[in-house]
Amino acid sequence: MDWLALTLSLQLAGWTVAILLPVAVVLGRVLAFRAFRGKALAEALVMLPLVLPPTVLGFYLLVGLGASSPIGRAWAGLFGQPLVFSFPGLVAASVLSSLPFAVQPAQRGFQAIPPALREAAATCGMTPARALWRVELPLAWPGLVTGMVLVFAHTLGEFGVVLMVGGSIPGETRTIAIAIYDRVQAFDMAAAGVMSAVLVAVSLVTIALTFALSARVGRRLG
Amino acid sequence: MALEVMAKARAPIPLAVDLRVAPGEIMALVGPSGAGKSTVLRLIAGLWTPPAGRVRVDSETWLDTGPQAGRSTVNLPPHRRRLGMVFQDYALFPHMTAAQNVMAAMDRADASEAARLLDLMQLGGLGDRHPAQLSGGQRQRVALARALARRPRVLLLDEPFSAVDQATRAALQAQITALRGRLDMPVVLVTHDLGEAQRLADRMAVLQGGRVLVQGSVAQVMADAPALRALGIRELAAMLPATVTEHLPDGLSRLDSIAGPLFLPGVTAAPGQPVQVRIMAHDVILSRARPEGLSAQNILPGRVARVVPGAGPGMMVHVTLGGDGDEGQGSGGQGGAGEVGVDRGGHEIIARITRRAADQMALQPGQPVHAILKSLSVARDQLATGSVVADGGKAMDRTPGER
Repeated sequence: MDWLALTLSLQLAGWTVAILLPVAVVLGRVLAFRAFRGKALAEALVMLPLVLPPTVLGFYLLVGLGASSPIGRAWAGLFGQPLVFSFPGLVAASVLSSLPFAVQPAQRGFQAIPPALREAAATCGMTPARALWRVELPLAWPGLVTGMVLVFAHTLGEFGVVLMVGGSIPGETRTIAIAIYDRVQAFDMAAAGVMSAVLVAVSLVTIALTFALSARVGRRLG
Repeated sequence: MALEVMAKARAPIPLAVDLRVAPGEIMALVGPSGAGKSTVLRLIAGLWTPPAGRVRVDSETWLDTGPQAGRSTVNLPPHRRRLGMVFQDYALFPHMTAAQNVMAAMDRADASEAARLLDLMQLGGLGDRHPAQLSGGQRQRVALARALARRPRVLLLDEPFSAVDQATRAALQAQITALRGRLDMPVVLVTHDLGEAQRLADRMAVLQGGRVLVQGSVAQVMADAPALRALGIRELAAMLPATVTEHLPDGLSRLDSIAGPLFLPGVTAAPGQPVQVRIMAHDVILSRARPEGLSAQNILPGRVARVVPGAGPGMMVHVTLGGDGDEGQGSGGQGGAGEVGVDRGGHEIIARITRRAADQMALQPGQPVHAILKSLSVARDQLATGSVVADGGKAMDRTPGER
């Protein structure tokens, strides 16, 4: 059992959720409430990682974040190490590939708020920021939670993009999904089996726990 | 603290309004759906900005699209306009309790003030309930408490009674009437129900196609032919003040009006309480002689004030009850024609009869007539407790509501 890989996977999922939560609030809200030119294109771009093969996404990430790319060069200049084949590079790749899982449910969550409620918040004297905090977020919460659960689960299970951008460096980029693949390649079926079972258990517990919690929130909202 | 609204627009609906509402006055915006009533409310609230318009509350300018020399363009966002709004379906925050909903509209959350407002709305003890656990009428009252919690300088009511059943509606309207003494700000009430407007409002503005056809007292609106065309002639009605004297064992109640007793069903107000009876013009029959042997219980002597021809075969006969007295010869004969509003000393009701009948009766201004009203034609929701209808929009005698 590769505990280091499991820890790394959980860390990666945690960081991805932490970064995507505010992104989902901003993007989901804009897509739900605003009408602007090119909105359909923006929605398509958000959904794109869902339909692309992980290898295509991974390839562009490799090129876009690589040592010769502007982003890669800037990162290396700032931190003295390359972005690709590192944990931060993995987080960036994971954020991008999980984007639709976060934004889509958030957008639906915000869209489900009756327009009159947002108007009522304004006529109650709430500034837009206060209305977001006191009315919109509590009501869009189920959508946001669903999105974050999907992001967490998807990140734990992500394989192709991670392999393309991160490789398999122990403690840095070898996630549990990669470790299982490595074990199978080495005909170590027992270790692969244990790790697969652990991954199933962790994922199930996480999702079940979140749904139980959000059901309690849902009951309170009536 | 008067409210002045002026706006012009071509889209989303053509709009040309110019309204003024005095402090403590309830102005009803009535008219067919699509007439722009709600749009006017939204423009006052800042939820919609017209291409050209101005909204002022006393000396404070909320909206001024200008451009005029020496004045800059102003358009305050809704949250910076100190107003209370009750939405059509109340728009209570479902994740907050009733008390939290009320506190949400306060600058600084004050639980005891919220409890006081809920008590005032007869919702004491329900502060911990979520909107889903409240009835339609209770939700409406929470919405009203929330609107008042903002300490608004203008109160906006958008079809506030449309989502509740008729019995609840009557109770809520009585509550608004009882609250009148505390409402010292301009109140704008949007409704498609003319009766509701007559029972609650001091003045009305009739909208059609985004234009104000007429604004004025209830009597003024009722005398305005274009307004009546917009509202539908069947809605023509007058309000008659009366006092409940006793509830009779046969289910009818006796009320005393300026022209004598009325016997009406379904009166819930206690004896001694003043009420407004809405008398639909098509329910009134006229007779020159006092009829006898008639099943109708309510025979009100009066005098023809004026006869207004309608578009079709109908005529509208305005009858002054009381006032000059029903047998005096007086000067009432000349005063009628062209006079708008409630007669000094008397009170007008309206009868809609056919032109043929009017010709046969040779009705003339000043002529004594008897207005006959069938008891059962006054439905329960045609009664409003408290007297709120103003004469000329000035003097209002309000119910001494509980403080």
